[in-house]
Amino acid sequence: MLSNLWLLIAIPAASAAVLLLAGRKADRWGHWLGVLAPAASFVLGLIAFFGLRDLPGRAAEQTLWTFFKSGDMTIDFGLLFDPLTAVFVLLITGVGSLIHLYAVGYMAHDEGRRRFFGYFNLFVAAMLLLVLGNNYVMLYLGWEGVGLASYLLISFWYNRPSAATAGKKAFLMNRVGDAGFAIAIFLMLAQLGTVNYNQVFSQVGALTTGTVLVLGLLLLLGACGKSGQFPLQAWLPDAMEGPTPVSALIHAATMVTAGVYLIARSNPIFSANSTLQLIVVSVGALTLLMGCIIGAAKDDIKRVLAWSTVSQIGYMFLGVGLGGGAYALAIIHLLAHGFFKANMFLGAGSVMHGMQDQVDIRRFGGLAKYMKITWLTFMMGWLAIIGLPPLSGFFTKEPIIAAAFEQHDAWKSWVFGGAALLGAGLTAFYMTRLFVLTFHGPKRWTDGQHPHESPAVMWIPLVLLAIGSVVAGGLMASPVAKWLEPPLPAAPAEEVHGVLGHTAITVLSLVLTVLGAGLAWALFRRGTALEPQPAGPVVRAARANLYTDAFNEAVFEKPGSWLTRALVYVDNKGIDGVVNGLAALVGGGSGRLRRLQTGFVRSYALSMLAGGVLVLGALLAVRLG
Amino acid sequence: MVKLPPMDYAAIMPLLILFGAACLGVLIEAFVPRRARNITQLLFSLAAVIAAMVFVVKRAGNVTAANAITAGGAITIDKAALFLQGSLLVLAFVSLLIFGERTLEQGGAFVAQAAVTVGSEKDKEQAAKSLGSTEVYPLALFSLAGMLLFVAANDLLTMFVALEVFSLPLYLLCALARRKRLLSQEAALKYFLLGAYASAFFLFGVALVYGYAKAVDFASIHTAAAVGAGNITLLITGLGLLAIGLLFKVAAAPFHVWTPDVYQGAPTPVTAFMAACTKAAAFGGLIRVLYVGFDGLGWQFTPVLGAIAALTVMVGAVLAVTQTDLKRLLAYSSVANAGYLLIGVLAGGQLGLQSVLFYLVAYGLTVIAAFALITLVRDADGEATHLSRWAGLGARSPLFAGIFTFLLLAFAGIPLTSGFMAKLSVFGAAVDGGQTWLVIFGVISSIILAFPYLRVVVMMWLSEPGESTPSVSLPGVLTSTALGVGTIATLVLGVAPGLLLDLADKAAAFIR
Amino acid sequence: MDAYLSSYATIGALALVGVVIIGGAFLVNRLLRPRRPNAAAGKRDTYECGLDPVPGGWAQMHIRYYLYAYLYVLFAVEAIFLFPWAVVYLEAGRAVIVEMAIFVGVLALGLLYAWRKRALTWQ
Repeated sequence: MLSNLWLLIAIPAASAAVLLLAGRKADRWGHWLGVLAPAASFVLGLIAFFGLRDLPGRAAEQTLWTFFKSGDMTIDFGLLFDPLTAVFVLLITGVGSLIHLYAVGYMAHDEGRRRFFGYFNLFVAAMLLLVLGNNYVMLYLGWEGVGLASYLLISFWYNRPSAATAGKKAFLMNRVGDAGFAIAIFLMLAQLGTVNYNQVFSQVGALTTGTVLVLGLLLLLGACGKSGQFPLQAWLPDAMEGPTPVSALIHAATMVTAGVYLIARSNPIFSANSTLQLIVVSVGALTLLMGCIIGAAKDDIKRVLAWSTVSQIGYMFLGVGLGGGAYALAIIHLLAHGFFKANMFLGAGSVMHGMQDQVDIRRFGGLAKYMKITWLTFMMGWLAIIGLPPLSGFFTKEPIIAAAFEQHDAWKSWVFGGAALLGAGLTAFYMTRLFVLTFHGPKRWTDGQHPHESPAVMWIPLVLLAIGSVVAGGLMASPVAKWLEPPLPAAPAEEVHGVLGHTAITVLSLVLTVLGAGLAWALFRRGTALEPQPAGPVVRAARANLYTDAFNEAVFEKPGSWLTRALVYVDNKGIDGVVNGLAALVGGGSGRLRRLQTGFVRSYALSMLAGGVLVLGALLAVRLG
Repeated sequence: MVKLPPMDYAAIMPLLILFGAACLGVLIEAFVPRRARNITQLLFSLAAVIAAMVFVVKRAGNVTAANAITAGGAITIDKAALFLQGSLLVLAFVSLLIFGERTLEQGGAFVAQAAVTVGSEKDKEQAAKSLGSTEVYPLALFSLAGMLLFVAANDLLTMFVALEVFSLPLYLLCALARRKRLLSQEAALKYFLLGAYASAFFLFGVALVYGYAKAVDFASIHTAAAVGAGNITLLITGLGLLAIGLLFKVAAAPFHVWTPDVYQGAPTPVTAFMAACTKAAAFGGLIRVLYVGFDGLGWQFTPVLGAIAALTVMVGAVLAVTQTDLKRLLAYSSVANAGYLLIGVLAGGQLGLQSVLFYLVAYGLTVIAAFALITLVRDADGEATHLSRWAGLGARSPLFAGIFTFLLLAFAGIPLTSGFMAKLSVFGAAVDGGQTWLVIFGVISSIILAFPYLRVVVMMWLSEPGESTPSVSLPGVLTSTALGVGTIATLVLGVAPGLLLDLADKAAAFIR
Repeated sequence: MDAYLSSYATIGALALVGVVIIGGAFLVNRLLRPRRPNAAAGKRDTYECGLDPVPGGWAQMHIRYYLYAYLYVLFAVEAIFLFPWAVVYLEAGRAVIVEMAIFVGVLALGLLYAWRKRALTWQ
């Protein structure tokens, strides 16, 4: 299998092509093909994974063809399968297959189901390309591919204006990040003449500090765009306009973690500059707090989960920013998050499925009785994310918080460790609020609701993912960390003694978690008001996404549209000016000229003559001068 | 005693085949019954193009410096010429498929008798019933043969003759639209007048160069320029005039003025043919003149042509922004693309040549597919090319809107499309060749140009389909083939450009 | 230089003769014709084979005239081309005859086409 890695990508890609091109004929069986493709890739991924253990060096690299050659610069279409890639491949195809299966039920009544699966397979293929490439251009190809699939899927219901707008927003904000990434690639080509991972990483030492900093910042910009981190976070919650399986697979489990992958993959670059690491950590810490605060103020079930995703990825950024052994911690948290967040998103989808697409948690309540399986599986996800032992979140988030406290500078430990700790408490608060308002307390349904459990094709994936949410963290925590080095750096041998002991941190975070959860339980046990209540400035700010949208609009959007308008104006005037000016030259006034049919040809001929005179004049000037 | 020059028939076989086929096409026109004419002419023309292609490929294997120049020094069949000829044949083959389409519209895209007065009773009758004229095939073959000769010409007079041979049929083809005939005739007349005007510049340039070098073949011009005796002003003025004639054909500013009118007025299949093949042929001629005949004068003409390239990319992009007609939009985009190609030409060297050759094929295939798609969106009055009519097309026909979006993205140079690779290689070559300032212009222009493309995309996908949104006709097998070939080539050349780049790399060598 | 210019003298002389002939004709005409100035109606009209001239000199010609004109010009040019060819190239032998036959054949093809399209029938 390791010599045929391309099959992993080719299978879903071929399936996507079939689904999108086959037309209505494929409507009857198309969705099953759509499920089979990632499942086949999963099986192949497993084979490759086991093959990798016995391989010396634990990495398989192959070059399929030369993608681009210009002078002495060569970019290959090459694939790399190493431990880091392996875990991503398994996450993408494994969780992906379950979500595909779920979508068969979820999209059953949608006319565009075949198209949906086509895009979905396209996404899987692009995401696999992203993690399987052996150089940055391959990564960029996959990066753009998942961006495209994400855009198509967010605006899947393109006749809903809000979905179309959300798709556009995601596309544009991602472009900002992508531009950074693209410039980073150009920078590599200019400075190192290569984009191959191994060659780039082996030459990082030769670069100046400034270059490494700029390179890292550009990569970080790309990562922030794709992963919804500050300051490019605004698109992710809006992306929930897409069908729920999309939110689960793309905007929770896999695509949005591509930024984490990018930084983890580029760890030699990031580890080479401590300023860079500080910036990554700051972005992570800031975003994780932002996500928590905004998530606590939202009433749309999917948006709460979306902000929670933003916040959890903040933890991962925090991890990869800390460097050293924390890279692996971030990846493990990413895997665990893939399980429990996908689980909760699908649970949310199941709730919406039973509640006629209602998404307002103020309009739920008491659903535990009616949707037992959804309730239980969602509970597993909830307990996992707030980090209650022995569920998976505890084993994966805890070490990141601890790592944040174990830094050389005391102030860093306090600031970032404190942020992570505070985030844990807030997470417990808003997730509990979500859980309680949805499944417990009095019914606050709109009229005519008959909640019911979803069909088996939907709850089987839920159950599997719930099991994953429970056990994944505990099982993975230590073996995966070992498995991942190399390519990720090992934890340093000498321990840094942080400002707080490990036990103290564990106890503190558990106390905060229980406090947050308890507070939410107490507050929302009896339901909540159906209308937004007047609130203090913090809550108002949180409801308005901490005014980041308003900021974007004022600083970027407005000037941008003014510029565009000005350009259009100039273009209009410019064209009229040229045509009229020529006409005036030829016939002494455009009015007289327009009566002549051939007036325009004359003015064309005159412009050619003028051009000719200029060309000759310039040529002779060059010669004489 | 007059001695006849030896002819290497294997080398000029493609030319002979095409000219012969065009003559036979006239006979077919005269003797085959009207009903069977279209299919006969189409198959015959396609067969001729394939046969010519076979000889081009066969020849590619055994080109040497010794056997390249033939026909008394009038023609050079070197690797670059063969690459260009092959590209022209491929592009023409795909365009001819659109020429042959008859299912979209009763009688096809061409008028039966172009001489009938527009709007007369007879005209209404023929618009409704008559089969379209099939003279278009011999005309296209004559034009194609002229192009093949043009890119292989070894002296300026042969080049001029070839220029006229490929231009005259195009003037006629432009006038043959079935719908909007006045526009079509106006386009043809403008193209003819301005084309003749440009030809005069070219011919005057030939005369001046002859005055300096006492010869018209490139090798002698090169030698004379290298020696540098005599009044070099004569040579430079001659070069300038030659360049004007050629820049007119490639549609570089300020000699591009005809492009939008002609692209809009001409029948869309002809527009596709012109956009792809004329551009390839004209650039083939331009690089031969500049690289083979006048390469010694590089430092003289590079700044001036550079200014033209910069002007062209900017003019094309800026004017495209306000266009409301799709064919005009693509015309201005073609102007801008001529500018990008000029940047590649000025890059110089093997790399520049390679990038230009690659660009020509990649752009040609994409532009043919784009025009093929434009023929599909129609209402009762024929093609609906006004931009507002395309609003909401994504909801009506997601497949075709999707393909068009892809093609537009290729024009905009988004990765995974041939457009990206083409631009990358041209700009890369220019940076290598020390023309970074041109690349800056090129990039700015690409950014501006992305706006009109994306506006079309936005129109198609994000607007509600209105009352006036036309339907997308289901294409017949011919148009679908052309569309498919163009689209797939755009994708394949974007994903694995290595194949063609290698070929272009091998072909990037002229023989003087 | 003198030899070069004197080769143009032949043309000059020819032109002179032409001018003299035409000018002479007008001169003789002026000498011989009677002079009776009056302003009778129609006296100053253009003479057109006895028919009254149609008002206005700007008229659209029918397209069929152009067809004839083109066909005529085509073969006139061909004939002009044949003369120097016959003088210079005939000695090169059979191949040249074949080439010219091809050339004439291609032109004949056009005539054939025109005939089949009924361009030769006045309609």
